[in-house]
Amino acid sequence: MPPTDSTAVAGQPAIRFENVVKKFGDHVVLDDLNFDVQRGERVTLIGPSGSGKTTILRLVMTLEHLTGGYVFVDGEPLTHMEVNGRRVERRPKDVARTTQKIGMVFQQFNLFPNMSVLENITEAPVHVLGRSQDQARTRGLELLDQVGLADKADEHPTRLSGGQQQRVAIARALAMDPEILLLDEVTSALDPELVGEVLGVLRDVAKSTDITMLIVTHEMQFAQDVSHRVLMFDGGSIVEEASPDVMFTAPEHERTRAFLQAVL
Amino acid sequence: MNDNIDALIAALPDLRSGVFITLQLTVGGVVLAFVIAIVLGLAARSPRWPARVPARVLIEFFRGTSLLVQLFWFFYVMPLFGIQLDALLCGVLALGLNYGAYAAEVVRGSINSVPKGQWEAATALSLSPARKLRKIIWPQAWAIMIPSLANLAVMLLKGTAVAYIILMHDLTWETDQLRQDTGNTFFAYGVGMIIYFLISYAMVLGANALERHAKRRLGQGPPKGGLFSVRITDKATTDPKPAANAGSGGAGVA
Ligand SMILES: Nc1ncnc2c1ncn2[C@@H]1O[C@H](COP(=O)(O)OP(=O)(O)OP(=O)(O)O)[C@@H](O)[C@H]1O
Ligand SMILES: [Mg+2]
Repeated sequence: MPPTDSTAVAGQPAIRFENVVKKFGDHVVLDDLNFDVQRGERVTLIGPSGSGKTTILRLVMTLEHLTGGYVFVDGEPLTHMEVNGRRVERRPKDVARTTQKIGMVFQQFNLFPNMSVLENITEAPVHVLGRSQDQARTRGLELLDQVGLADKADEHPTRLSGGQQQRVAIARALAMDPEILLLDEVTSALDPELVGEVLGVLRDVAKSTDITMLIVTHEMQFAQDVSHRVLMFDGGSIVEEASPDVMFTAPEHERTRAFLQAVL
Repeated sequence: MNDNIDALIAALPDLRSGVFITLQLTVGGVVLAFVIAIVLGLAARSPRWPARVPARVLIEFFRGTSLLVQLFWFFYVMPLFGIQLDALLCGVLALGLNYGAYAAEVVRGSINSVPKGQWEAATALSLSPARKLRKIIWPQAWAIMIPSLANLAVMLLKGTAVAYIILMHDLTWETDQLRQDTGNTFFAYGVGMIIYFLISYAMVLGANALERHAKRRLGQGPPKGGLFSVRITDKATTDPKPAANAGSGGAGVA
């Protein structure tokens, strides 16, 4: 194994953005972005539409290609690293090993329609982590119970409500025992009356685990309740950074105030 | 007319062997076309050019040259280079390559039309590229591609008639024999037409069953219906009310 593969060091942040640049064609979305998320920390990203919040989460999940700079996970380079002063891409196999620590829940749930609810949850633990079917099923049923859907294990995902589908998606992500969980507006596609059940499950997860979370949400009360720190973005850079209590009651910057006024 | 019936009865064994040849060409062609479609369809969407470019060239080449000319090549030109292929094999190769090239585009397009979120969710779960394709994307793409593939398969069946050109005694050839025996063109080709139609209708029914099965796996309401029924929506069959309304409405009109 090359030495660059085991650079994970205790005390390293869970996520580090270092001089990150992201462009779509000529459009610069993130320009020299730097921030850390500590292990076990829950950080919420807020900011106006188009400010780059989703892009940040997608970069961590390697769903977007990093134009410049570096992202580290547990101190390990994610997709790019510096070798002899040159920026090089990591081998896909190495990237895959790092991304295994990361789970993501999407706005549109994205459950696999060709599998039952339980199969959605056990697929990756069995075929990626190498767990036995029995182990994976037992754990899957536990997780379904935890999200209040124990009776839906054999159901078809398309027969569930949006809120139920999103709770399955959360269980599916948790089944991989992620160190880091990325949540991108996970309640935005839901009817208002279904938002509560999903946020309830996430509050539970926040309380009962020490999973590092990077959260994008417009549910400010939820953000205030679960996050340790809030980052306000605008135009791809951090405008303000504060504890939720400060951010939501006494923000320093005019732009933050204007934004919060608009959404609250 | 009785003469025609007698001639038909006399010709039955020959017609049967003609049907058998046509079916061999069809099944062989469909199987080969399917394999080619998957290989070329997947290669054509590869991000790596050494896979993508040859696939594109083959697809365009076999779509752009006529089936008939390809058949001539396999049967009449290849022997000039010392490669003598059995007529059935020539037919299957030409049909498989030609329709496989069209089907490759169907495979490629169907895979591309699976929502991006499905790929991303699979990536977020760290599924390997092969597993992602096989277990998540393919079953969804399959349901999308069945109608178009079935259409191509029926066209391939009709395309098998060109085998007659390379002296195979397929259904078209035997139909023509019947015409010569009866001297009744209308009758003979009428019989041929009905037999082709029955085979293609059986294929369509098979494809519908496959599509229903594939969609049911995706939790989409199966378009239920018997052999001759028009497709009706899932709701109408499970919920008696609209059906009852439709019935009384029909009675009212009558
Ligand atoms: N695939 C893409 N191609 C081109 N531009 C893109 C792409 N994805 C995002 N962008 C652009 O990048 C910018 C940041 O988008 P992003 O989705 O990260 O914003 P966001 O903060 O999540 O916004 P929202 O609150 O609306 O979700 C936007 O200007 C968007 O138009
Ligand atoms: Mg977004």
